Amino acid sequence: MSAQLPPGLQLEKTDERIMTLNVGPQHPGSGHMRLIVQIDGDYIVACDPDPGYVHRGEEKMAEYRNYITNIPHLERPVIHDSCNILYPYVLGVEDILGIEVPERAKYVRVIASELNRCVYTLYWLAIYGIFLGHSTMFMWPTGDRELFIDLLEKMTGARVTHAYMVPGGVRNDLPANFEDVCLRQVDYFEKRIAEYADVFYDNPILIARTENTGVLSRTDAIRLGTTGSVLRASGVDYDIRKREPYDVYDSLDFETNVLRAGDAYARSKIPWLDMMESCRIIRDALSKMPKSGSVRVKLKPNPKGGEESVYRRVESGRGALGCHIISRKKPEPYRVKLSVGSFRNLIALPYLLKGERLGNMPSVYWSLNYWPVEADR
Amino acid sequence: MSVIAPNFRLSGFIRSILDNVFWIIVLVTLAGIPAIQIVLFYIEMPVIDGELLTPFLALTWLADPSRVLPIVKALMATDLFRIAVFPGFGLAALLAAGTIFVERKMLAKLQLRVGPFYCGKFEGILQLAGDGLKLISKEIIIPAKADKPIFWLAPVAFVGTAAAFVSLIPVAPGGWVVADVELGILAVFAVIGFFPIITILSAWSANSKFPFIGGIRALHQMISFEIPLILSLLGVVMLAGTLNLTGIVESQDSFPWIVFLPVGAVVFFICILAELERIPFDLPEAESEIVAGWLTEFSGMMYGLVQLGTYLKLYAFAAIFTVMFLAGWHGPMIVPPFPAEIITDGIQLGPVTATIPGLPLFDQEMLNGTIWFIIKTVAVIFFILLPRGVFPRIRIDMLLSLGWYKLIGLSFINIFIALGLLYAGVLGPGGMI
Repeated sequence: MSAQLPPGLQLEKTDERIMTLNVGPQHPGSGHMRLIVQIDGDYIVACDPDPGYVHRGEEKMAEYRNYITNIPHLERPVIHDSCNILYPYVLGVEDILGIEVPERAKYVRVIASELNRCVYTLYWLAIYGIFLGHSTMFMWPTGDRELFIDLLEKMTGARVTHAYMVPGGVRNDLPANFEDVCLRQVDYFEKRIAEYADVFYDNPILIARTENTGVLSRTDAIRLGTTGSVLRASGVDYDIRKREPYDVYDSLDFETNVLRAGDAYARSKIPWLDMMESCRIIRDALSKMPKSGSVRVKLKPNPKGGEESVYRRVESGRGALGCHIISRKKPEPYRVKLSVGSFRNLIALPYLLKGERLGNMPSVYWSLNYWPVEADR
Repeated sequence: MSVIAPNFRLSGFIRSILDNVFWIIVLVTLAGIPAIQIVLFYIEMPVIDGELLTPFLALTWLADPSRVLPIVKALMATDLFRIAVFPGFGLAALLAAGTIFVERKMLAKLQLRVGPFYCGKFEGILQLAGDGLKLISKEIIIPAKADKPIFWLAPVAFVGTAAAFVSLIPVAPGGWVVADVELGILAVFAVIGFFPIITILSAWSANSKFPFIGGIRALHQMISFEIPLILSLLGVVMLAGTLNLTGIVESQDSFPWIVFLPVGAVVFFICILAELERIPFDLPEAESEIVAGWLTEFSGMMYGLVQLGTYLKLYAFAAIFTVMFLAGWHGPMIVPPFPAEIITDGIQLGPVTATIPGLPLFDQEMLNGTIWFIIKTVAVIFFILLPRGVFPRIRIDMLLSLGWYKLIGLSFINIFIALGLLYAGVLGPGGMI
């Protein structure tokens, strides 16, 4: 009977003992996707992630717009991390058009992308908190996000969808008192995220619940092709900002956080540690930034590239984010391919959930740093 | 311009009051006065004390304390009053409503937000009424394949059982308890035993996967925590020498049992959290795993009834904690005595002296006992609410191991402490020797 149904849609019972649960897309613990979970008692026998509910055809849309008008819609997959998702596209377009970016613009870009990384990570952390039933951890990061959203609003003029990165620099210069405000907010924020440890990361119930659940070993993490915080929580020191430094990351002073445990607890702790590093980067970049100068190279209208293909990648909030652009001597790109960290991390989910308890499903699923909209593009 | 209500205009406020006054005048003239005229015209009114009884005279009598107070006292002596108003449902519902308000505001303060704010001008005090109205006005949807009679029965039975639980609690000295059962503790255990049955019935009758898992979880949780809950109260029963709840409160005349049995109190408190399905033990309603657990298919006022039952249960468990460990109504006398001159000489109200027979309605001990009981119960409720802001949810295996290994072991330690106190001669049944 089940053989006649298409794969991924086997909703009925296949075994007397095994119950199939449809977690999503209208389930409070799934996001814009569906997990088809088969449970035997309290144990998960199999898990089949079924993404694709928010596929918007960003890549196809990019083939009909020129290099500049692609910017506002290419940031839509992760509006919380819009600077980072535009970053590889903008770097690639600069390679194609052969633009040299002013020094000050490079620093401004780094500051914007680190601020945006914090905004994304706080949102992710808030949802991780509410997935574990910790409502305070939902409210605190959601409130502290406002600090950086306000900063980004000062920089870019928009609270969420910034469209700040453009080929040749950034859209506009920083406001006059930005440095003071930014340092003040970052100081306050570092104090705040230290308190997260008291209420969340050092909480004995949280540790007992997430430690040794969904363990991803170092070899498996490499074999499955995971990136970002998932890879670093499994003990692999891999950060694009260190491996292939883009813009001015090679001149800035920061560390890569690596934990060896590979469980849900380590995976949830890495982004939190990364936020502290982001604060360090922002402070360092503000001190090293040229105090004046141009932030944008004037482009010709409708710039055309040569016949070439470029692949650039950056470290986003969810891991390596690559952008492959093929140019065919036209104002529009021939092909834009986004290679996102969310989708790479989702691959690990069926392996991690097999044999876990049903109660571990939300914590393991969300610890993969997965953003459904980005994975669907 | 007010920050609280940006659209507030004084002129609009005055106009709304004037509107109300206008409609009251119109309705009274058009409907009220004709109604009274009809009554006067058609009904033969009796003559009492040489006066013709008119509706106006009847209203005057209602304001006369010497005629009304005996009726009020007679009403207060009935069982109906006890069930519906004072130690029973009225007090419990009032405290439950207060609990919901305090929970929301306290949790909001803890999480650096404001909480209910707009509804009711002062700190969102009418939010609960608004929520209730919303729940009443919503459509009740029953799953097509549900077992309808049992699905309907479950919320009603849940509230009924919670109300039965409330009725066993002695609130104040002088017999202020709805049902003074001789084996009160056993009655409490019997009532608690109903909750898992109702939960699994409702979960099973919904014929849906998530309620089913939630119901099974609730069953596991309640049954595995009932044993330490019962065992942790045995120490108190040994020391008090009675099963009657009133007797247990009276045995704590000089000190509360929590002084001698802190282990039992801690075990009992953790079991309360688990029985109430509150964080960190809210697995049966774990939203990110199983939507809303066994409440998933309830809608409208059925959900509202279950919530009402939950908060009645919360009050009842907190009250049982107060009765067993915190000495119930005992406390320093803070209510002043009722002056006897008011009864004998009357009270001077401006130019007239009003003699009011039948006072006082409540005696001094009862008022004092009620105040202390409510203070202690509210404190316990506060500590039941507090973990919600601090802890994440635990997992079912952790929960079961906690219930079956640790808490049962601790409650046996508690029993041995109680036995030791008895045999060492420090305490005898009923208090200090």
